[in-house]
Amino acid sequence: MLHAIGWVPLFPLLGFLVLVFVRMPARLAAWVGCGSVGISALVVFASALMYLQAPPEDGYQAITYGIWMSIGNFQPAFSVYVDTLTLIMLSIITGVGFLIHVYSAGYMVDDDGYARYFAYLNLFIAAMSVLVLADNLLLLFLGWEGVGLCSYLLIGFWYRDPENGAAARKAFVVTRIGDTAMTIGFLLLFAHFSTVNIPAILAAVVNADTTDTDVYVLIGLLLLGGAVGKSAQLPLQTWLPDAMAGPTPVSALIHAATMVTAGVYLIARLHPIFVQAPLAMHAVAWVGLLTLLLAGCSALVQVDIKRILAYSTISQIGYMFLGLGVGAWSASIFHLMTHAFFKALLFLSAGTVIFCLHHKQNIFDMGGLRTRMPLTFISFVIGCGSLASLPYITSGFYSKDEILLGAYNSGEALVFWGGVAGALITAVYSFRLLFIVFFGDPHTTPDKSPSLNMQVPLVLLGILSVLGGAIHLPLQNVLPLGTHEDSAHDHTPISVLLAVIPLLGVALAWFLFKRGRLGSAAWGQAQGAPSLVSFWRKGWAFDQLYDGLLVRPFVALANFNKKDVVDALYHGITQLAQWLHFQVSHTQTGNVRWYAGAMVFGVTLLTSAVVFL
Amino acid sequence: MNAANIPLDHLMLLACLIFVIGLVGIMTRRNVLYILMSLEIVLNAVCLAFVAAGAHWGEADGQIMFLLILTLAASEVSVGLGLILQIHRKHDTLDMDRLKELKG
Amino acid sequence: MMLPTLISILFLGGLVAWCAGRINPLLPRWVALITLLVDGVYFIDHCLAAGVLATSVATGLPGGEIWFFNYAREWIPQFGIQLLFAADCLSLVLNLLTILLGIIAVMSAWNEIKERSGFFYFNLLWTLAGVVGIFSARDLFLFFFFWEVMLIPMYFIISLWGHENRVYAALKFFIFTQLSGLLMLLSIVALVFFHHAQTGIYTFDSLALRNTEFPQGVGLWVMLGFFVAFTVKLPSVPFHTWLPDAHTQAPTAGSVILAGLLLKTGAYGLIRFILPLFPEAAASFAPIAMSLGVISILYAAKLAFAQHDLKRLIAYTSVSHMGFILLGVFSANVLALQGAVLQMLAHGISSAALFALAGSLQHRLHTRDIRNMGGLSQVVPRTAAVGMFFAIAALGMPGLGNFVGETLVLFGSFQANRTLTILAALGLILAPVYALKIIQSAFHGEPSAYLQQHKSIPDFSRPETIAMAIMVIAIVWLGIQPQPVIRLVEPALTALLQPVEPSILQTSVDQVSSFDYKSSLESPSQLEQQTLPGR
Repeated sequence: MLHAIGWVPLFPLLGFLVLVFVRMPARLAAWVGCGSVGISALVVFASALMYLQAPPEDGYQAITYGIWMSIGNFQPAFSVYVDTLTLIMLSIITGVGFLIHVYSAGYMVDDDGYARYFAYLNLFIAAMSVLVLADNLLLLFLGWEGVGLCSYLLIGFWYRDPENGAAARKAFVVTRIGDTAMTIGFLLLFAHFSTVNIPAILAAVVNADTTDTDVYVLIGLLLLGGAVGKSAQLPLQTWLPDAMAGPTPVSALIHAATMVTAGVYLIARLHPIFVQAPLAMHAVAWVGLLTLLLAGCSALVQVDIKRILAYSTISQIGYMFLGLGVGAWSASIFHLMTHAFFKALLFLSAGTVIFCLHHKQNIFDMGGLRTRMPLTFISFVIGCGSLASLPYITSGFYSKDEILLGAYNSGEALVFWGGVAGALITAVYSFRLLFIVFFGDPHTTPDKSPSLNMQVPLVLLGILSVLGGAIHLPLQNVLPLGTHEDSAHDHTPISVLLAVIPLLGVALAWFLFKRGRLGSAAWGQAQGAPSLVSFWRKGWAFDQLYDGLLVRPFVALANFNKKDVVDALYHGITQLAQWLHFQVSHTQTGNVRWYAGAMVFGVTLLTSAVVFL
Repeated sequence: MNAANIPLDHLMLLACLIFVIGLVGIMTRRNVLYILMSLEIVLNAVCLAFVAAGAHWGEADGQIMFLLILTLAASEVSVGLGLILQIHRKHDTLDMDRLKELKG
Repeated sequence: MMLPTLISILFLGGLVAWCAGRINPLLPRWVALITLLVDGVYFIDHCLAAGVLATSVATGLPGGEIWFFNYAREWIPQFGIQLLFAADCLSLVLNLLTILLGIIAVMSAWNEIKERSGFFYFNLLWTLAGVVGIFSARDLFLFFFFWEVMLIPMYFIISLWGHENRVYAALKFFIFTQLSGLLMLLSIVALVFFHHAQTGIYTFDSLALRNTEFPQGVGLWVMLGFFVAFTVKLPSVPFHTWLPDAHTQAPTAGSVILAGLLLKTGAYGLIRFILPLFPEAAASFAPIAMSLGVISILYAAKLAFAQHDLKRLIAYTSVSHMGFILLGVFSANVLALQGAVLQMLAHGISSAALFALAGSLQHRLHTRDIRNMGGLSQVVPRTAAVGMFFAIAALGMPGLGNFVGETLVLFGSFQANRTLTILAALGLILAPVYALKIIQSAFHGEPSAYLQQHKSIPDFSRPETIAMAIMVIAIVWLGIQPQPVIRLVEPALTALLQPVEPSILQTSVDQVSSFDYKSSLESPSQLEQQTLPGR
């Protein structure tokens, strides 16, 4: 009966096709859009229950639905790979996805591209499910690129504004750079293992001779390239803040809860390769650490509510990478899940604020919304608390705690303390956001109130964000045990430290807020801010760096050679021919006697040549 | 009266002489009419050479060629004169140096 | 008899269309459409009757069994030139593509060609006949004959019905193709002479010529003649510069045929002749050829990005995509060759669609400059949706045909040359750069000032919608279910890569060439005198 899981991507795909090809009124489009994802979610939960009641012996089940290509060893098929990791990812995708669909039905109500919006969103759910279900590299790549395409389409959803289009293209091209690295990694995997089937590759890796790890390091680093592209990690993180140009529910679904965590999923799925390659593991951990610190600093100084959340997403995914890098596999997936809950909650709450304030996004235009939007306020408190990982009452605490414990036990002191510093920064920026938006003096009055189908997802996600920490993920058969799960160590001092740090951060934020030191509306203009602030605001000027280093030279080169130098070669040949022609045509005087003379000369020459030679 | 009595060399020399006269005429004359006439002289020189050679080898080929050239010359003259007439009507001149429309 | 009939129908249809144009200028398009439909039905009917699907899947035997519809007649027996038609599944698949794209081309010319329509459809059908001939000829001389047949009508199509700079473009196209064709003729003749010197037999049968041995170093030069002809047609850097001009200036149907079919004849030639006839020379030349492929991929992608002329942009993307074929063919393994074949099919369809789209936009907006477009999603939503679909297909989105081709080529060529494959993979980064540029500047954004002058711009008409729907379905089908094609062409590709065993070869020669050249001549030296009377 687990076969039914093949329907999970198909329902949203069907929804996509219906929405594209059938004209329908907006209400019906919303029903089709939400309904298809809802059915998928039900299928996922039913399959999960079935799986947990009777888990397969190997720890996974592979189901093949059809052949895609088959040439010698190269045999990607339409086949899925179901284990608990898959089911967890699917539950997040369809569950959170469904809630966001429902929310969107209210949020996008005035938009004339309503059906198109739901079509793209459905296509995204379909592609994302394929990504996590795939049991071979090529099918995984299908989902991987599919979500990238949907991300592109949805970031540029309001296509009339060229800036949205630019942000969308940036997102696609930057992630594509990572994807190309990943493709090369896939090529190496196939060359090395002669198969594209993931279980077969993993089995081969586990059983392989461990002396020759160079190839694993190379593959690991290339896969990491793909992961950092999709998950917006250093050095390919620059696209995510710009991706906020899309509708806010899209940011919640794609750029917070699901797609950007695909990199984490990829590394977790292929973890045996990384286990064999310690160097690649280190790289993963350090990428995560640097990203979380950089993005955290940037989040501290932003003025746009969505950009704050975007940087916090980058930073939180940095924690997941850190967790993966130190071998706290299941902790990372745990954080992936709780992050999906509370970040979706935060984005949807932010969406509600933006919706009610007529698409104002500058936090200094808000203020004092505590009393006017109580439900949104409560969800925001839960979300920010979870993000800052307030001890014991939020889900974010449990997951981040596990990651940092894992880092501590791995013996990498620098990574651990970096993560702790990041936790402090996280607490400061999340509560800075909360204080500025919901406390203080009001600057704008909301004149719309969110509809019921926008409120229900907020409540549900709020509950999940609080209680999500209690979920015990059944990952022991899929991922190796991390050191933090080893009860031999005594963690008490560290646990206390990790509980105190967020509280310290909140207190700091409150202190600074009261002193008016959390920035001002003038920061919106570049001149009003101190230089370090504007440097962080611009995301450590990575955009400028890449612009000068890659984009401008490429565009300049392209424009310089617009006419194609190779063609100049052929033009040269024609010009030479033409020049010779003109030279010779001077002899054509039109004078018959001249011609006759030339003829006589020629004939004489030829005759004498024949006679004398 | 036997053609064979005259040495071939003399005949050829004569033919060459006539040919050169015609050629010089073509190259020095400016009037189209005279050029045409010089051309006729050149053709006649060739005819003489053919006939002489034919007589020398005792073959009829030379005389056949002579007949051929005769026909050719006749048609050439008629066409040429016609053209000259037209040129004269159109350009009001027969000066070759002024008729240079074919200049490249 | 099937293949000659297939070609004759097209030739005859062309003549009828010409005559019909004298009666009524609207008649030829119907004649052309009906001719192609009849041809298609005839073709499919015979393929099914011959059991093409069943046999090739089941057996996949090398040698004689993969050839269908053998037809051999003497043509110039002194030199062993025959009217030798035969098709394996590779040829058959490409013939099907030819007829399909022929129909698409007629549909895209439907409302565009008003002047001298009879002569236009005559040229169109004769070009198609030439292409079918190329895909079906096994005799090298016959192949060359069709190579030229295809060229001249195409020249007329560009130079008579093209746009503002058509004479220049047509002449450039003609000179490039003609010169390289002559090089190929030289190589064909050289090949035949070497074969004759070795065996004493004059034959142009490409299968019989497979085990020709060359003196040291000569094989490479003979191969280069073929290589240049095919890479000009493909085209590959540095022989690509005729393509942007020809595409930009050609009428829509001409672009469709050019991009969809004429480029594929180059790719077909590479696969069909270079690898089997010159295995050693090809192997030693492979690094250079593959480098050219990689350079094409990257260089043309960069050029595509710089263009503002929509057709020119698409033309450069064609060069870029064709680089993958060059890379794949010279990798000389089945995986990469399968990729090259699928890339031929997918690119044939997707580039034809993009050119048809660009043509229809030009027909409506009277401009090809994408700076004058913008916001077409609002103005002509159906056109924009199709345009976005094919732009996304062009950037190699998995699930669509182009991805399958490119990926198979990359996976295959990685086994042959890792460095070059990694460089080629960088093309994957550049593809979205130009593809998304098309989407952004043509379909997204606000309508340009130029567009706002035009009050009403009609969306796709019914024939256009049908044609586009066919191509969308074909691309999706190739992307999701390429396996039928893969299975179909696998025996043919395997046979091309296998070294020939003389015994198999001998039987196949006996089968098709029913007469003995030796007996008609007393000695080889006498024949040499006959061939070269001038010496």
